[in-house]
Amino acid sequence: MKSLLKMTWMETKLFLREPVGAFFTLVFPLMMLFLFGSIYGNEPSPLFNGLGTVDISIPAYTAMIIATTGLVGLTITIAAYRENGILRRLRTTPISPLVILTVQVIVLFLMTTFGMLLLILAGKLVYHMHFDGNALSVLAGFVLSSLSFFAIGFILAGLMPTARTAQVVGMVLLYPMLFLSGAGFPRELLPEAIKKVSTFLPLTYVVNLLRGLWIGETWGQHTTEVLVLAAMLVAGVLISAKTFRWE
Amino acid sequence: MNTIVQVEGLRKTYGATVAVDEVSFEVQEGEIFGIVGPNGAGKTTTIECLEGLRKPDQGTLRVLGVDPQRHGQLLRTRTGMQLQQSNLPERMKVWEALDLYCSFYPKAADWHELLVQLGLEEKRNTPFSKLSGGQKQRLFIALALLPDPQLLFLDELTTGLDPQARHAIWDLVRSVRSKGKTILLTTHFMEEAERLCDRVAILDHGRIVALDTPAALVRSLGGEDRIAFSLDGTLPPVFEKALSGVGWLEVQGERIVVHGNHGNSVPLISEVVNQLAESGIKFHDLRTEQPTLEDVFLNLTGREIRE
Repeated sequence: MKSLLKMTWMETKLFLREPVGAFFTLVFPLMMLFLFGSIYGNEPSPLFNGLGTVDISIPAYTAMIIATTGLVGLTITIAAYRENGILRRLRTTPISPLVILTVQVIVLFLMTTFGMLLLILAGKLVYHMHFDGNALSVLAGFVLSSLSFFAIGFILAGLMPTARTAQVVGMVLLYPMLFLSGAGFPRELLPEAIKKVSTFLPLTYVVNLLRGLWIGETWGQHTTEVLVLAAMLVAGVLISAKTFRWE
Repeated sequence: MNTIVQVEGLRKTYGATVAVDEVSFEVQEGEIFGIVGPNGAGKTTTIECLEGLRKPDQGTLRVLGVDPQRHGQLLRTRTGMQLQQSNLPERMKVWEALDLYCSFYPKAADWHELLVQLGLEEKRNTPFSKLSGGQKQRLFIALALLPDPQLLFLDELTTGLDPQARHAIWDLVRSVRSKGKTILLTTHFMEEAERLCDRVAILDHGRIVALDTPAALVRSLGGEDRIAFSLDGTLPPVFEKALSGVGWLEVQGERIVVHGNHGNSVPLISEVVNQLAESGIKFHDLRTEQPTLEDVFLNLTGREIRE
Protein backbone atom coordinates (compact mmCIF):
# COMPACT_ATOMS: atom_id res chain seq x y z
CA MET A 1 0.00 0.00 0.00
CA LYS A 2 2.82 2.32 0.93
CA SER A 3 4.56 1.60 -2.37
CA LEU A 4 1.30 2.06 -4.30
CA LEU A 5 0.82 5.53 -2.84
CA LYS A 6 4.44 6.52 -3.25
CA MET A 7 4.55 5.31 -6.82
CA THR A 8 1.27 7.04 -7.67
CA TRP A 9 2.65 10.32 -6.37
CA MET A 10 5.93 9.78 -8.25
CA GLU A 11 4.19 8.99 -11.53
CA THR A 12 1.90 12.01 -11.10
CA LYS A 13 4.96 14.24 -10.76
CA LEU A 14 6.55 12.60 -13.79
CA PHE A 15 3.34 13.12 -15.80
CA LEU A 16 3.29 16.82 -14.98
CA ARG A 17 7.01 17.16 -15.78
CA GLU A 18 6.43 15.78 -19.28
CA PRO A 19 5.27 18.92 -21.11
CA VAL A 20 3.68 17.22 -24.13
CA GLY A 21 1.44 14.82 -22.20
CA ALA A 22 0.36 17.46 -19.71
CA PHE A 23 -0.37 19.89 -22.55
CA PHE A 24 -2.70 17.58 -24.45
CA THR A 25 -4.53 16.42 -21.33
CA LEU A 26 -4.86 19.67 -19.44
CA VAL A 27 -4.18 22.69 -21.64
CA PHE A 28 -5.22 21.82 -25.19
CA PRO A 29 -8.91 21.04 -24.38
CA LEU A 30 -9.14 24.37 -22.57
CA MET A 31 -7.67 26.15 -25.58
CA MET A 32 -10.29 24.49 -27.81
CA LEU A 33 -13.02 25.54 -25.40
CA PHE A 34 -11.90 29.17 -25.39
CA LEU A 35 -11.38 29.19 -29.15
CA PHE A 36 -14.85 27.91 -30.05
CA GLY A 37 -16.41 29.70 -27.11
CA SER A 38 -15.05 33.01 -28.38
CA ILE A 39 -16.34 32.27 -31.91
CA TYR A 40 -19.81 30.93 -31.12
CA GLY A 41 -20.41 31.99 -27.51
CA ASN A 42 -22.79 29.82 -25.53
CA GLU A 43 -26.15 31.11 -26.86
CA PRO A 44 -28.96 28.50 -27.06
CA SER A 45 -29.09 27.10 -30.59
CA PRO A 46 -31.89 25.08 -32.26
CA LEU A 47 -29.19 22.91 -33.84
CA PHE A 48 -28.24 21.62 -30.37
CA ASN A 49 -31.83 21.37 -29.02
CA GLY A 50 -31.63 24.68 -27.26
CA LEU A 51 -28.16 24.21 -25.78
CA GLY A 52 -25.10 26.35 -26.51
CA THR A 53 -21.83 25.34 -28.17
CA VAL A 54 -19.97 25.32 -24.85
CA ASP A 55 -22.67 23.19 -23.18
CA ILE A 56 -22.27 20.42 -25.72
CA SER A 57 -18.49 20.84 -26.07
CA ILE A 58 -17.57 20.11 -22.48
CA PRO A 59 -18.71 16.45 -22.44
CA ALA A 60 -17.33 16.06 -25.98
CA TYR A 61 -13.91 17.45 -25.01
CA THR A 62 -13.95 15.22 -21.95
CA ALA A 63 -14.27 12.32 -24.39
CA MET A 64 -11.31 13.80 -26.29
CA ILE A 65 -9.17 13.80 -23.13
CA ILE A 66 -10.14 10.20 -22.39
CA ALA A 67 -9.11 9.11 -25.90
CA THR A 68 -5.85 11.07 -25.79
CA THR A 69 -4.69 9.70 -22.43
CA GLY A 70 -5.83 6.16 -23.26
CA LEU A 71 -4.48 5.84 -26.77
CA VAL A 72 -1.41 8.08 -26.66
CA GLY A 73 -0.43 8.90 -23.07
CA LEU A 74 -0.67 5.41 -21.66
CA THR A 75 0.70 3.72 -24.76
CA ILE A 76 3.80 5.90 -25.01
CA THR A 77 4.56 5.75 -21.29
CA ILE A 78 4.37 1.97 -21.08
CA ALA A 79 6.20 1.39 -24.37
CA ALA A 80 8.98 3.77 -23.29
CA TYR A 81 9.22 2.12 -19.87
CA ARG A 82 9.57 -1.26 -21.52
CA GLU A 83 11.96 -0.10 -24.24
CA ASN A 84 14.29 1.57 -21.73
CA GLY A 85 14.33 -1.31 -19.27
CA ILE A 86 12.47 0.67 -16.59
CA LEU A 87 9.90 -2.13 -16.24
CA ARG A 88 12.74 -4.63 -16.11
CA ARG A 89 14.41 -2.75 -13.27
CA LEU A 90 11.12 -2.61 -11.36
CA ARG A 91 10.69 -6.34 -11.77
CA THR A 92 13.91 -7.02 -9.88
CA THR A 93 12.21 -5.63 -6.76
CA PRO A 94 9.49 -7.27 -4.67
CA ILE A 95 6.81 -4.88 -5.96
CA SER A 96 3.89 -6.68 -7.59
CA PRO A 97 3.48 -6.23 -11.37
CA LEU A 98 -0.19 -5.54 -10.76
CA VAL A 99 0.72 -2.54 -8.61
CA ILE A 100 2.95 -1.14 -11.38
CA LEU A 101 0.10 -1.25 -13.92
CA THR A 102 -2.57 -0.13 -11.45
CA VAL A 103 -0.51 2.95 -10.69
CA GLN A 104 -0.48 3.87 -14.38
CA VAL A 105 -4.26 3.55 -14.54
CA ILE A 106 -4.76 5.60 -11.36
CA VAL A 107 -2.46 8.40 -12.48
CA LEU A 108 -3.96 8.69 -15.96
CA PHE A 109 -7.45 8.54 -14.51
CA LEU A 110 -6.61 11.32 -12.06
CA MET A 111 -5.11 13.46 -14.82
CA THR A 112 -8.11 12.86 -17.08
CA THR A 113 -10.41 13.84 -14.25
CA PHE A 114 -8.33 16.93 -13.61
CA GLY A 115 -8.62 17.86 -17.30
CA MET A 116 -12.41 17.48 -17.14
CA LEU A 117 -12.62 19.58 -13.97
CA LEU A 118 -10.65 22.37 -15.63
CA LEU A 119 -13.13 22.34 -18.53
CA ILE A 120 -16.12 22.44 -16.19
CA LEU A 121 -14.57 25.24 -14.18
CA ALA A 122 -13.87 27.32 -17.27
CA GLY A 123 -17.36 26.56 -18.65
CA LYS A 124 -19.02 27.68 -15.43
CA LEU A 125 -16.96 30.77 -14.81
CA VAL A 126 -16.61 32.09 -18.34
CA TYR A 127 -19.62 30.76 -20.25
CA HIS A 128 -22.29 30.06 -17.60
CA MET A 129 -22.49 26.46 -18.74
CA HIS A 130 -25.82 24.59 -18.33
CA PHE A 131 -25.75 21.24 -16.60
CA ASP A 132 -29.01 19.26 -16.32
CA GLY A 133 -27.59 15.83 -15.52
CA ASN A 134 -26.98 13.89 -12.38
CA ALA A 135 -23.37 14.41 -11.29
CA LEU A 136 -22.96 10.85 -9.98
CA SER A 137 -24.41 9.39 -13.14
CA VAL A 138 -22.01 11.46 -15.28
CA LEU A 139 -19.11 10.41 -13.06
CA ALA A 140 -20.03 6.74 -13.50
CA GLY A 141 -20.20 7.20 -17.29
CA PHE A 142 -16.84 8.95 -17.16
CA VAL A 143 -15.27 6.08 -15.19
CA LEU A 144 -16.64 3.45 -17.58
CA SER A 145 -15.48 5.41 -20.63
CA SER A 146 -11.99 6.02 -19.20
CA LEU A 147 -11.43 2.42 -18.15
CA SER A 148 -12.58 1.02 -21.48
CA PHE A 149 -10.23 3.33 -23.38
CA PHE A 150 -7.34 2.57 -21.02
CA ALA A 151 -7.99 -1.13 -21.64
CA ILE A 152 -7.62 -0.53 -25.39
CA GLY A 153 -4.48 1.48 -24.62
CA PHE A 154 -3.03 -1.52 -22.77
CA ILE A 155 -3.52 -3.71 -25.85
CA LEU A 156 -1.56 -1.21 -27.92
CA ALA A 157 1.06 -0.73 -25.20
CA GLY A 158 1.57 -4.48 -25.10
CA LEU A 159 2.12 -4.72 -28.82
CA MET A 160 4.22 -1.64 -29.59
CA PRO A 161 7.94 -2.43 -29.69
CA THR A 162 9.15 1.15 -29.10
CA ALA A 163 7.86 4.45 -27.76
CA ARG A 164 8.27 5.90 -31.23
CA THR A 165 5.94 3.37 -32.89
CA ALA A 166 3.53 3.71 -29.98
CA GLN A 167 3.38 7.44 -30.62
CA VAL A 168 2.80 7.08 -34.36
CA VAL A 169 0.18 4.33 -34.07
CA GLY A 170 -1.57 6.13 -31.21
CA MET A 171 -1.78 9.38 -33.18
CA VAL A 172 -2.96 7.68 -36.36
CA LEU A 173 -5.80 6.04 -34.45
CA LEU A 174 -6.59 9.11 -32.38
CA TYR A 175 -6.76 12.02 -34.79
CA PRO A 176 -9.31 10.86 -37.35
CA MET A 177 -11.40 9.52 -34.51
CA LEU A 178 -11.37 12.86 -32.69
CA PHE A 179 -12.96 14.61 -35.66
CA LEU A 180 -15.28 11.87 -36.89
CA SER A 181 -16.73 10.82 -33.55
CA GLY A 182 -18.00 14.22 -32.49
CA ALA A 183 -15.38 14.64 -29.78
CA GLY A 184 -13.46 17.52 -31.30
CA PHE A 185 -16.28 18.77 -33.46
CA PRO A 186 -20.10 18.59 -32.89
CA ARG A 187 -21.63 15.61 -34.68
CA GLU A 188 -24.61 17.74 -35.69
CA LEU A 189 -22.32 19.53 -38.13
CA LEU A 190 -21.08 16.33 -39.81
CA PRO A 191 -22.62 15.14 -43.12
CA GLU A 192 -24.72 11.97 -43.03
CA ALA A 193 -22.11 9.76 -44.72
CA ILE A 194 -19.53 10.58 -42.04
CA LYS A 195 -22.08 10.03 -39.29
CA LYS A 196 -22.39 6.47 -40.62
CA VAL A 197 -18.61 5.98 -40.42
CA SER A 198 -18.63 7.26 -36.87
CA THR A 199 -20.79 4.35 -35.68
CA PHE A 200 -17.69 2.17 -36.13
CA LEU A 201 -15.52 4.35 -33.90
CA PRO A 202 -15.32 3.48 -30.20
CA LEU A 203 -15.01 7.13 -29.25
CA THR A 204 -18.46 7.90 -30.70
CA TYR A 205 -19.99 5.82 -27.92
CA VAL A 206 -18.13 7.78 -25.27
CA VAL A 207 -19.28 11.09 -26.79
CA ASN A 208 -22.91 9.93 -27.03
CA LEU A 209 -22.97 8.54 -23.50
CA LEU A 210 -21.37 11.58 -21.87
CA ARG A 211 -23.40 14.11 -23.84
CA GLY A 212 -26.60 12.22 -23.02
CA LEU A 213 -25.89 11.88 -19.30
CA TRP A 214 -24.83 15.53 -19.26
CA ILE A 215 -28.31 16.72 -20.26
CA GLY A 216 -30.07 14.40 -17.85
CA GLU A 217 -30.77 11.35 -20.00
CA THR A 218 -30.77 8.04 -18.19
CA TRP A 219 -28.47 5.02 -18.56
CA GLY A 220 -31.49 3.14 -19.90
CA GLN A 221 -31.56 5.44 -22.91
CA HIS A 222 -27.93 4.53 -23.67
CA THR A 223 -27.78 0.75 -23.37
CA THR A 224 -25.97 0.45 -26.73
CA GLU A 225 -23.19 2.78 -25.60
CA VAL A 226 -22.88 1.05 -22.24
CA LEU A 227 -22.74 -2.40 -23.83
CA VAL A 228 -20.13 -1.35 -26.40
CA LEU A 229 -17.92 0.30 -23.79
CA ALA A 230 -18.29 -2.59 -21.33
CA ALA A 231 -17.38 -5.04 -24.11
CA MET A 232 -14.30 -2.92 -24.95
CA LEU A 233 -13.28 -2.95 -21.32
CA VAL A 234 -13.62 -6.73 -20.94
CA ALA A 235 -11.97 -7.47 -24.29
CA GLY A 236 -9.16 -5.00 -23.56
CA VAL A 237 -8.36 -6.55 -20.20
CA LEU A 238 -8.49 -10.12 -21.52
CA ILE A 239 -6.43 -9.43 -24.65
CA SER A 240 -3.81 -7.28 -22.95
CA ALA A 241 -3.42 -9.86 -20.18
CA LYS A 242 -2.42 -12.31 -22.95
CA THR A 243 -0.30 -10.00 -25.08
CA PHE A 244 1.36 -7.73 -22.52
CA ARG A 245 5.15 -8.05 -22.45
CA TRP A 246 7.48 -6.74 -19.75
CA GLU A 247 10.60 -6.71 -21.96
CA MET B 1 31.34 -21.04 5.63
CA ASN B 2 27.94 -20.97 3.99
CA THR B 3 27.31 -21.64 0.36
CA ILE B 4 25.29 -18.70 -0.99
CA VAL B 5 24.91 -19.75 -4.60
CA GLN B 6 24.90 -23.28 -5.95
CA VAL B 7 24.64 -24.07 -9.66
CA GLU B 8 24.57 -27.63 -10.94
CA GLY B 9 24.39 -28.47 -14.65
CA LEU B 10 22.74 -25.23 -15.80
CA ARG B 11 21.55 -25.26 -19.43
CA LYS B 12 19.63 -22.55 -21.25
CA THR B 13 18.81 -22.36 -24.93
CA TYR B 14 17.17 -19.68 -27.06
CA GLY B 15 15.66 -21.49 -30.02
CA ALA B 16 18.47 -23.43 -31.61
CA THR B 17 21.19 -21.44 -29.83
CA VAL B 18 22.65 -22.97 -26.69
CA ALA B 19 23.45 -20.00 -24.47
CA VAL B 20 24.88 -21.92 -21.52
CA ASP B 21 25.45 -25.60 -20.97
CA GLU B 22 26.71 -27.79 -18.12
CA VAL B 23 27.56 -24.78 -16.00
CA SER B 24 28.26 -25.68 -12.37
CA PHE B 25 29.82 -23.63 -9.60
CA GLU B 26 29.36 -22.48 -6.03
CA VAL B 27 29.78 -19.11 -4.40
CA GLN B 28 30.70 -18.94 -0.72
CA GLU B 29 29.58 -16.34 1.77
CA GLY B 30 31.65 -13.15 1.77
CA GLU B 31 33.25 -13.91 -1.57
CA ILE B 32 33.53 -11.74 -4.69
CA PHE B 33 32.95 -14.26 -7.46
CA GLY B 34 33.44 -13.22 -11.06
CA ILE B 35 32.12 -14.69 -14.28
CA VAL B 36 34.26 -13.56 -17.20
CA GLY B 37 34.11 -14.34 -20.87
CA PRO B 38 33.90 -12.86 -24.36
CA ASN B 39 30.69 -11.21 -25.56
CA GLY B 40 28.00 -13.81 -26.08
CA ALA B 41 29.70 -16.37 -23.84
CA GLY B 42 26.61 -16.70 -21.65
CA LYS B 43 27.55 -14.50 -18.67
CA THR B 44 24.34 -12.50 -18.55
CA THR B 45 22.19 -15.57 -19.20
CA THR B 46 23.83 -17.29 -16.23
CA ILE B 47 23.39 -14.35 -13.87
CA GLU B 48 19.79 -13.75 -15.01
CA CYS B 49 18.88 -17.39 -14.39
CA LEU B 50 20.24 -16.96 -10.86
CA GLU B 51 18.27 -13.73 -10.42
CA GLY B 52 15.11 -15.58 -11.41
CA LEU B 53 14.63 -13.37 -14.48
CA ARG B 54 15.12 -16.30 -16.87
CA LYS B 55 13.93 -19.85 -16.61
CA PRO B 56 16.69 -22.45 -17.06
CA ASP B 57 15.99 -25.41 -19.35
CA GLN B 58 17.97 -27.76 -17.14
CA GLY B 59 19.97 -27.70 -13.94
CA THR B 60 19.58 -27.21 -10.24
CA LEU B 61 19.95 -23.67 -8.94
CA ARG B 62 20.01 -22.61 -5.31
CA VAL B 63 20.39 -18.97 -4.33
CA LEU B 64 20.33 -18.26 -0.58
CA GLY B 65 19.10 -21.85 -0.29
CA VAL B 66 16.04 -21.48 -2.54
CA ASP B 67 15.11 -22.09 -6.16
CA PRO B 68 15.06 -18.70 -7.96
CA GLN B 69 12.11 -19.73 -10.14
CA ARG B 70 9.90 -20.85 -7.28
CA HIS B 71 10.87 -18.32 -4.64
CA GLY B 72 11.53 -15.27 -6.79
CA GLN B 73 9.73 -13.00 -4.37
CA LEU B 74 12.03 -14.01 -1.52
CA LEU B 75 15.11 -13.39 -3.66
CA ARG B 76 13.87 -10.02 -4.83
CA THR B 77 13.50 -9.05 -1.18
CA ARG B 78 16.91 -10.31 -0.03
CA THR B 79 19.26 -9.77 -2.94
CA GLY B 80 20.34 -6.65 -4.79
CA MET B 81 20.39 -6.72 -8.56
CA GLN B 82 22.16 -4.39 -10.95
CA LEU B 83 21.16 -5.20 -14.53
CA GLN B 84 23.28 -4.80 -17.62
CA GLN B 85 20.56 -2.88 -19.40
CA SER B 86 18.10 -0.85 -17.44
CA ASN B 87 17.09 2.72 -16.86
CA LEU B 88 14.95 4.96 -14.75
CA PRO B 89 12.45 7.49 -16.09
CA GLU B 90 14.42 10.44 -17.52
CA ARG B 91 12.88 13.06 -15.29
CA MET B 92 13.05 11.08 -12.05
CA LYS B 93 15.47 12.72 -9.61
CA VAL B 94 18.13 10.78 -7.71
CA TRP B 95 16.49 11.18 -4.31
CA GLU B 96 13.07 10.31 -5.74
CA ALA B 97 14.38 7.05 -7.19
CA LEU B 98 15.91 6.06 -3.84
CA ASP B 99 12.82 7.11 -1.92
CA LEU B 100 10.50 5.21 -4.28
CA TYR B 101 12.54 1.99 -4.41
CA CYS B 102 12.90 2.16 -0.62
CA SER B 103 9.14 1.75 -0.29
CA PHE B 104 9.29 -1.61 -2.12
CA TYR B 105 11.23 -3.38 0.64
CA PRO B 106 9.94 -4.43 4.04
CA LYS B 107 13.27 -3.70 5.72
CA ALA B 108 15.05 -1.17 3.58
CA ALA B 109 18.39 0.42 4.35
CA ASP B 110 18.46 4.17 5.03
CA TRP B 111 18.70 5.74 1.59
CA HIS B 112 20.09 9.00 2.96
CA GLU B 113 23.18 7.11 4.13
CA LEU B 114 23.56 5.37 0.77
CA LEU B 115 23.37 8.73 -0.97
CA VAL B 116 26.37 9.92 1.02
CA GLN B 117 28.22 6.61 0.86
CA LEU B 118 27.99 6.53 -2.94
CA GLY B 119 28.97 10.17 -3.33
CA LEU B 120 25.66 11.19 -4.86
CA GLU B 121 24.67 13.77 -2.28
CA GLU B 122 25.41 16.70 -4.58
CA LYS B 123 23.32 15.05 -7.28
CA ARG B 124 20.26 14.35 -5.14
CA ASN B 125 18.05 16.71 -7.16
CA THR B 126 19.48 15.84 -10.57
CA PRO B 127 17.16 14.07 -13.02
CA PHE B 128 18.31 10.61 -14.11
CA SER B 129 18.91 11.68 -17.73
CA LYS B 130 21.40 14.36 -16.62
CA LEU B 131 23.66 11.94 -14.74
CA SER B 132 26.98 10.74 -16.19
CA GLY B 133 27.52 7.03 -16.87
CA GLY B 134 29.45 6.58 -13.62
CA GLN B 135 26.81 8.42 -11.59
CA LYS B 136 24.06 6.28 -13.10
CA GLN B 137 25.97 3.13 -12.19
CA ARG B 138 26.50 4.41 -8.64
CA LEU B 139 22.78 5.11 -8.39
CA PHE B 140 22.03 1.59 -9.59
CA ILE B 141 24.42 0.19 -6.98
CA ALA B 142 22.63 2.30 -4.36
CA LEU B 143 19.28 0.87 -5.53
CA ALA B 144 20.73 -2.63 -5.40
CA LEU B 145 21.92 -2.00 -1.83
CA LEU B 146 18.54 -0.70 -0.63
CA PRO B 147 17.21 -4.12 0.48
CA ASP B 148 20.38 -4.48 2.62
CA PRO B 149 21.02 -7.64 0.60
CA GLN B 150 23.00 -10.72 1.61
CA LEU B 151 23.94 -11.19 -2.02
CA LEU B 152 24.60 -8.59 -4.69
CA PHE B 153 24.43 -9.33 -8.43
CA LEU B 154 26.44 -6.94 -10.60
CA ASP B 155 26.20 -7.45 -14.38
CA GLU B 156 28.82 -5.60 -16.48
CA LEU B 157 29.16 -2.97 -13.84
CA THR B 158 31.83 -0.75 -15.36
CA THR B 159 31.25 -1.15 -19.10
CA GLY B 160 31.45 2.23 -20.79
CA LEU B 161 32.97 4.05 -17.82
CA ASP B 162 36.19 6.07 -17.81
CA PRO B 163 39.14 4.86 -15.68
CA GLN B 164 38.39 7.24 -12.79
CA ALA B 165 34.80 6.10 -12.52
CA ARG B 166 35.86 2.48 -12.86
CA HIS B 167 38.37 2.68 -10.01
CA ALA B 168 35.86 4.50 -7.82
CA ILE B 169 33.35 1.71 -8.42
CA TRP B 170 35.92 -0.99 -7.64
CA ASP B 171 36.62 0.69 -4.30
CA LEU B 172 32.91 0.76 -3.68
CA VAL B 173 32.47 -2.94 -4.42
CA ARG B 174 35.33 -3.78 -2.06
CA SER B 175 33.78 -1.70 0.71
CA VAL B 176 30.45 -3.46 0.19
CA ARG B 177 32.18 -6.83 0.52
CA SER B 178 33.98 -5.72 3.68
CA LYS B 179 30.53 -5.36 5.25
CA GLY B 180 30.14 -9.12 4.87
CA LYS B 181 28.08 -9.22 1.70
CA THR B 182 28.60 -11.74 -1.06
CA ILE B 183 29.03 -10.45 -4.61
CA LEU B 184 28.50 -12.24 -7.89
CA LEU B 185 29.61 -10.18 -10.87
CA THR B 186 30.17 -10.54 -14.59
CA THR B 187 32.72 -8.58 -16.56
CA HIS B 188 34.67 -8.73 -19.77
CA PHE B 189 37.52 -6.67 -18.31
CA MET B 190 40.22 -9.05 -17.16
CA GLU B 191 41.86 -6.32 -15.13
CA GLU B 192 38.61 -5.86 -13.24
CA ALA B 193 38.32 -9.57 -12.52
CA GLU B 194 41.96 -9.79 -11.45
CA ARG B 195 41.78 -6.82 -9.10
CA LEU B 196 38.37 -7.45 -7.62
CA CYS B 197 37.51 -11.13 -7.58
CA ASP B 198 38.48 -13.80 -5.09
CA ARG B 199 37.60 -16.47 -7.63
CA VAL B 200 36.89 -16.33 -11.32
CA ALA B 201 35.01 -18.63 -13.67
CA ILE B 202 35.99 -18.22 -17.32
CA LEU B 203 33.04 -18.88 -19.57
CA ASP B 204 33.37 -19.56 -23.29
CA HIS B 205 30.68 -20.69 -25.72
CA GLY B 206 28.37 -21.25 -22.77
CA ARG B 207 30.70 -23.54 -20.83
CA ILE B 208 33.09 -22.98 -17.92
CA VAL B 209 36.62 -23.50 -19.24
CA ALA B 210 38.46 -22.58 -16.02
CA LEU B 211 37.58 -21.76 -12.43
CA ASP B 212 40.02 -20.72 -9.72
CA THR B 213 41.57 -17.74 -7.97
CA PRO B 214 43.11 -15.24 -10.41
CA ALA B 215 46.61 -16.04 -9.06
CA ALA B 216 46.15 -19.78 -9.52
CA LEU B 217 44.83 -19.28 -13.03
CA VAL B 218 47.89 -17.23 -13.92
CA ARG B 219 50.19 -19.84 -12.37
CA SER B 220 48.44 -22.59 -14.29
CA LEU B 221 49.50 -20.94 -17.51
CA GLY B 222 53.03 -21.96 -16.48
CA GLY B 223 54.20 -19.20 -18.81
CA GLU B 224 57.36 -17.23 -18.79
CA ASP B 225 58.65 -14.15 -17.05
CA ARG B 226 59.88 -11.29 -19.15
CA ILE B 227 62.38 -8.60 -18.15
CA ALA B 228 62.65 -5.69 -20.51
CA PHE B 229 65.14 -2.80 -20.38
CA SER B 230 66.72 -0.19 -22.64
CA LEU B 231 70.41 0.39 -23.30
CA ASP B 232 72.39 3.49 -24.17
CA GLY B 233 75.05 1.53 -26.07
CA THR B 234 75.34 -1.97 -27.45
CA LEU B 235 75.01 -5.19 -25.53
CA PRO B 236 78.32 -7.01 -24.92
CA PRO B 237 78.18 -10.65 -26.11
CA VAL B 238 79.34 -11.78 -22.67
CA PHE B 239 75.97 -10.81 -21.24
CA GLU B 240 74.04 -13.08 -23.51
CA LYS B 241 76.41 -15.93 -22.75
CA ALA B 242 76.06 -15.43 -19.00
CA LEU B 243 72.27 -15.65 -19.18
CA SER B 244 72.14 -18.58 -21.54
CA GLY B 245 71.30 -20.94 -18.65
CA VAL B 246 68.17 -19.15 -17.52
CA GLY B 247 66.60 -17.61 -20.59
CA TRP B 248 66.91 -16.24 -24.07
CA LEU B 249 67.27 -12.74 -25.44
CA GLU B 250 65.17 -10.79 -27.85
CA VAL B 251 66.63 -7.54 -29.20
CA GLN B 252 64.15 -4.90 -30.39
CA GLY B 253 66.52 -2.05 -31.34
CA GLU B 254 67.55 -0.40 -28.05
CA ARG B 255 65.06 -2.45 -26.15
CA ILE B 256 66.20 -5.81 -24.81
CA VAL B 257 63.73 -8.43 -23.60
CA VAL B 258 64.92 -11.41 -21.57
CA HIS B 259 62.53 -14.36 -21.60
CA GLY B 260 62.87 -16.88 -18.80
CA ASN B 261 60.87 -19.79 -17.50
CA HIS B 262 58.48 -19.07 -14.68
CA GLY B 263 59.41 -20.79 -11.43
CA ASN B 264 63.22 -21.12 -11.61
CA SER B 265 65.03 -21.43 -8.26
CA VAL B 266 66.64 -17.99 -8.62
CA PRO B 267 64.18 -15.35 -9.84
CA LEU B 268 64.97 -14.16 -13.36
CA ILE B 269 65.05 -10.56 -12.22
CA SER B 270 68.01 -11.20 -9.82
CA GLU B 271 69.98 -12.97 -12.55
CA VAL B 272 69.44 -10.18 -15.05
CA VAL B 273 70.21 -7.32 -12.67
CA ASN B 274 73.31 -9.12 -11.31
CA GLN B 275 74.68 -9.69 -14.80
CA LEU B 276 73.98 -6.11 -15.84
CA ALA B 277 75.79 -4.80 -12.74
CA GLU B 278 78.76 -7.20 -13.14
CA SER B 279 79.23 -6.31 -16.80
CA GLY B 280 78.95 -2.60 -15.96
CA ILE B 281 76.21 -2.07 -18.55
CA LYS B 282 74.23 1.16 -18.32
CA PHE B 283 70.51 0.49 -18.60
CA HIS B 284 67.26 2.30 -17.95
CA ASP B 285 63.50 1.71 -17.93
CA LEU B 286 63.78 -1.80 -16.59
CA ARG B 287 60.50 -3.51 -15.97
CA THR B 288 59.22 -7.00 -15.39
CA GLU B 289 56.31 -8.37 -17.33
CA GLN B 290 54.36 -11.26 -15.95
CA PRO B 291 51.44 -13.09 -17.42
CA THR B 292 48.10 -11.65 -16.40
CA LEU B 293 44.61 -13.04 -16.29
CA GLU B 294 44.22 -11.57 -19.76
CA ASP B 295 46.92 -13.93 -21.05
CA VAL B 296 45.16 -16.84 -19.40
CA PHE B 297 41.88 -15.70 -20.91
CA LEU B 298 43.26 -15.33 -24.44
CA ASN B 299 45.06 -18.63 -24.12
CA LEU B 300 41.80 -20.38 -23.23
CA THR B 301 39.35 -18.54 -25.44
CA GLY B 302 41.49 -17.80 -28.48
CA ARG B 303 42.11 -14.51 -30.19
CA GLU B 304 39.50 -14.41 -32.90
CA ILE B 305 37.06 -11.50 -32.78
CA ARG B 306 33.70 -12.31 -31.22
CA GLU B 307 30.40 -10.69 -31.85
